[in-house]
Amino acid sequence: MNSVMNSILRHTARAAGARWMSSSSSEEVLKNLEQIVKKDKVVVFMKGTPAQPMCGFSNAVVQILRMHGVEKYSSYNVLENQELRQGVKTFSNWPTIPQVFFNGEFVGGCDILLQMHQSGDLVEELDKLGIRSALLDKTTPSQ
Amino acid sequence: MAITTDHIRDKLIAEIGAIHVEVEDTSANRCATSFKVIVVSPQFEGKPLLQRHRMVNTCLATELKEIHAFEQKTLTPEQWEKQKQQ
Repeated sequence: MNSVMNSILRHTARAAGARWMSSSSSEEVLKNLEQIVKKDKVVVFMKGTPAQPMCGFSNAVVQILRMHGVEKYSSYNVLENQELRQGVKTFSNWPTIPQVFFNGEFVGGCDILLQMHQSGDLVEELDKLGIRSALLDKTTPSQ
Repeated sequence: MAITTDHIRDKLIAEIGAIHVEVEDTSANRCATSFKVIVVSPQFEGKPLLQRHRMVNTCLATELKEIHAFEQKTLTPEQWEKQKQQ
């Protein structure tokens, strides 16, 4: 089930990637980004893909989401598109990749997600999105 | 001009009133210029994490253009005291 979901998501990401190639003006890129981040509850811009992250920081975000049982999210590989790589930095006014969005709103990069994970805030934020964190169902005490 | 740990520290102290800064040059572990910082400033008080990180990013905006990877931890003096005890 999950693997089916993943392949659908990857397909979506690829289709979006193809659309990026044709967009030209930076204004258009920003408009596209606004639509993309609002399309899904959880959206991640990263280097590589969830199945094959190409950078430790991007991998950290993927692992944190996995720990919370969040599998249904869209990811966009900025290494495949320079316009997207620059565009997302301008869009969120954030200088680095990865970037995480919840409900169309910029949450932060890897450091912020990690700190939210450690403080327990991430469980709460996911709850606001209607996603029950898998960590809540674990019987073992968290670290 | 190469970016140094001292340069980053001085700038964070001068511009966002940091009372304690730890800068680690992690370039050797990565493929290009990389830094890891811990910033403690009373100016972070009452500000959400995202806003604190934005303050640091803004302070180092010129430097970040040359930096490949940048990790940060932003704490209030109170949080810093607590963390030191752990």
